[in-house]
Amino acid sequence: MDPPAIVVEAFRKSYGDVDAVAGIDFAVAEGEIFGLLGPNGAGKTTTLECLEGIRYPTAGMLRVRGIDPSREPARLRDAIGVQLQTSGLPETMQVEEAMRFFCAYHGVEPRLDLLERLGLQAKLRAEYGTLSTGQQRRLALALALAHDPPVVFLDEPTAGLDVGTRAELHALVAELRERGVALVLATHDMAEAEKLADRVAILLSGRIVASGTPKALTAAAVDLTRVSVRSERETLAGHDGALPGVQRHARKDGYDVYFSDAVGATVMAVLDALEEAGDPLVDLRVERPSLEERFLELTTQGGVA
Amino acid sequence: MRALVHHAAYEFGSGLRNRAMLLLLYLFPLGFFLIAGGLMIGLNPGFREVVIPAMVVFALMAGCLLGLPDPIVAAREAGIFRSFKIHGVPATNILLLPGAAIIAHLTLVAAIITVVAPLLFDAPLPANFGAYLGVFLAAAAAHAGLGLLIAVVSASTRATVLWSQLVFLPSVMLGGLMVPSEMIPDTFAVFARLLPATHAMNAMRGLAYGEATAFSSVGSLLVLLAGAALGVALAVWLFQWDRRAEGRRVSPAWGILVLVPYALGALLL
Repeated sequence: MDPPAIVVEAFRKSYGDVDAVAGIDFAVAEGEIFGLLGPNGAGKTTTLECLEGIRYPTAGMLRVRGIDPSREPARLRDAIGVQLQTSGLPETMQVEEAMRFFCAYHGVEPRLDLLERLGLQAKLRAEYGTLSTGQQRRLALALALAHDPPVVFLDEPTAGLDVGTRAELHALVAELRERGVALVLATHDMAEAEKLADRVAILLSGRIVASGTPKALTAAAVDLTRVSVRSERETLAGHDGALPGVQRHARKDGYDVYFSDAVGATVMAVLDALEEAGDPLVDLRVERPSLEERFLELTTQGGVA
Repeated sequence: MRALVHHAAYEFGSGLRNRAMLLLLYLFPLGFFLIAGGLMIGLNPGFREVVIPAMVVFALMAGCLLGLPDPIVAAREAGIFRSFKIHGVPATNILLLPGAAIIAHLTLVAAIITVVAPLLFDAPLPANFGAYLGVFLAAAAAHAGLGLLIAVVSASTRATVLWSQLVFLPSVMLGGLMVPSEMIPDTFAVFARLLPATHAMNAMRGLAYGEATAFSSVGSLLVLLAGAALGVALAVWLFQWDRRAEGRRVSPAWGILVLVPYALGALLL
């Protein structure tokens, strides 16, 4: 079995008395996409920056393809591709010039095809300062991938991207996985993480409070399925305690929302109750809990999986 | 090597694309040369003798002290150097190549002044062009080293302006550009020898024009060379990748060491 591409063990990072990351462990295999999720200040960017060699860990062990990021920065540079959350290029640097500039430092030929694929072919001569936020993010992504690194770190990669470019990024990420690239994705976008990541870890106040595959994490949302019902006369409001399988009930946007651990029995009971009350059904939805709901559950209730 | 060429080409090109840089590298010194040259020679015909070195040194100060530090500080504050770091751009290239590009631009400016001044103001050309070029390069390197040091010790672009002006204004007044060194009162003359502009003017006049100088012009050249080496070395040593950079954190106060060659010059020359 191949050793993991990324190993993080007992990693801690403190700024003064504040622990930005308070001891976390995870590993990422080659060809795996690993999502780091969490609210602002959870420690996602700090973790990535230490893996990228931009910052140094206070304690613990970090390895990227066997390289210690804080001790071997020169070896690390060609092993990783990084799209930083907040970074920039000089205002006057042109798009094609940036590609040639950084590829020269990596000792590879410039990848103008990547610029074209990311919709920047019409902007080759444009200066960085004249690009929109989305175009700047796309350029950063192209530069991160241009030297074909075996490990890629993307920090909020789709922030500011339009729908088309977001889809192109998702296709690129799928290709990277096929090529065996280990990819760490830090994001707020739960739907994106759920779609792309093989495994995710939810960070909260510098600690991993849940980790696993997106499917396992959502299933861990206490196995509740959401049943949303809307009727003409809204006569269901008083039934929540009496409906079988219902653990929680809420009212949202004109819907009665039931969180049930016996969805079939709940739906039957809802339909019976409406028929009994002579209240015509307008809409009924049965939905699996999303990763976002699991995330919100953890971040608002401080739950630990 | 290819990376070095790309980087150097970018830095040279940005001196033309960036309007603020274009202003400080070309328009400001050349405009000042035309206006102040004409005005000063009208007031004091003797100024004709030093108009070329004075305006060349003025251009060096404008480019290296006012033009060089600000983009470096702004880039650090904006996190641009983080992008450079993750792609393996060495810190030495981040500092030395903008300095070298600015010296290349200023060489063009100096050439323009040297060609135009005799035509417009009947200014005398240097007697020894080899020495003129050598002193020019030493003075440019000394000022660029100082400019780089200001860039790495400044906490913000606002602080950069203060540090730059702290050197620029006394240099204009006391450096022998507008008023000959011999006419500056003794108390100020000692202070003036802490300025690279003073040594640049002294070395230009002594070595390039063959004039008698108030103190050793060879000594001034050595001070400039030592100041250049120390300024660059300190700048590289004190360089930080971004405002929250970690690891080896050295106090910017060590930058004061750049004055050592100039202080020795003031004491010994």
